[in-house]
Amino acid sequence: MSVKEAKKNNIIENSLKLFSKNGFYNTTIPDIAKSMKMSVGNMYNYFKSKEELAKYAIKYSTNILALELREVNNMDISSKEKLFVFTRKYLENVKKSPEIIEYFLRVYLSNREVFAEGCEGFLCVGEFVTEVMILLDEGAQSKEFREQDFFPAFAMIMGALGGFAFLSGEKVLEKDVTEYANNVADNIYRALKYDE
Amino acid sequence: MNKPKVVWFQAITCNGNTHSLLCSNSNRLELFLNSFDLIYHPSLTTNKTLEELLEEDINIDYLLVEGAISDNKDFFQISNDTTKNHLHTLINRSNFVISVGSCASYGGVHAKFEENEDISGVKDNIEGLKLNHEVINLTGCPVHPEWILQTLFTIKATGSIKLDNEGRPAEIYSNLAHHGCTRNEYFEWKVETESFGLKEGCLFYEQGCRGPMTHSNCNKILWNEVNTKTRVGMPCIGCTEFDFPRENLFETKKHIGIPFEPPLGVPKRAYLSLAGVAKTFKIDRLNSKLIED
Repeated sequence: MSVKEAKKNNIIENSLKLFSKNGFYNTTIPDIAKSMKMSVGNMYNYFKSKEELAKYAIKYSTNILALELREVNNMDISSKEKLFVFTRKYLENVKKSPEIIEYFLRVYLSNREVFAEGCEGFLCVGEFVTEVMILLDEGAQSKEFREQDFFPAFAMIMGALGGFAFLSGEKVLEKDVTEYANNVADNIYRALKYDE
Repeated sequence: MNKPKVVWFQAITCNGNTHSLLCSNSNRLELFLNSFDLIYHPSLTTNKTLEELLEEDINIDYLLVEGAISDNKDFFQISNDTTKNHLHTLINRSNFVISVGSCASYGGVHAKFEENEDISGVKDNIEGLKLNHEVINLTGCPVHPEWILQTLFTIKATGSIKLDNEGRPAEIYSNLAHHGCTRNEYFEWKVETESFGLKEGCLFYEQGCRGPMTHSNCNKILWNEVNTKTRVGMPCIGCTEFDFPRENLFETKKHIGIPFEPPLGVPKRAYLSLAGVAKTFKIDRLNSKLIED
């Protein structure tokens, strides 16, 4: 990775924290520059605008999840076990780097107008969606998951995981978020599993 | 000058490849008849009968076999013997053996007949025989007439022909049926057709089209020099591959809405990524009729 790319990633990581905490519109380029101890002018050497930064940030954050799910997909275990392993990793991420999921929920999903051009549909989250497709496809091929349309199955996974990140962010959970991993995974699995 | 002798032997067949040969371009067929000596074909008027051919010790340059082979006399016989015995007699006198069509190549649809398990292709029935050249497979149901003629003329001119791993002429079977399909733009942008016979849309996503995984040059040389299945709006059914005929020919096999087989040699992850991006954009032109009513 070049020095410039490393710096870009560093800016993205900082902006994720600020965006997810204060919201897209309440966070300014000077705020991000300040947190980076950079000049505002220098910031523009890396990103042309706050909108551009926001688009890079969604790609960056979902790619972290995509890489994790790809690793799980490549494991030599059953599809059921993959669901359990990924759910655990995801909730550990929610705990360890809440800004990654929070950014998705509180900025990406809540400010669609910012992402209307350049991040239409699955364009900026494609790598993650592809991994979910691979997970579902392989599970159905091995008859661990039942046949159904893609989107209801996709929503069953993303709804449960996204919902739990939201509950964690609202601090309403009684236990540590990772302690729910097996229950959440089991619910997703029951919704997808092959009918005998 | 003596013209090379050609024999067309029919085994267990529907006659489809004979029909195909007779549909070839008339100039090409005339050139074939002028360049080769077709000494026997069961559907055409030739000087010899099959019995005479089997009895006389004639050297055959090109033995073309149409149809599947069986050693079971109870199910199928011609001239009081099995197709396998006749095949052996003829191969022993032949320089080149060419399986014309899927049935001769590997048994085709006849190999699916469950009551007689010994039905197979020419290549499966040559044990103990000495061949001058590997058996040439012209798969297809039926073969394109030009594939037969091109193969014969190539060997006549050069003495041999380059084959692929399945024993098929590489020049003919290195393309995919997808190459040259007029629907490629719809394939690129993942726009599915609504039904058979329409000018618009791709047949790969729902209708079971096998163009992107089937070796043939159908869309390059065209049928009757005019058209192909995919151009006219019917899916390619993969008839040149060795798993033909498969079940559910007009249905794309999917799991949870995701195609089971991506195009040949394309990793599924790569295919799904690209498809996802293409599907994001709705191109008005590709979603409209080419010619408005």
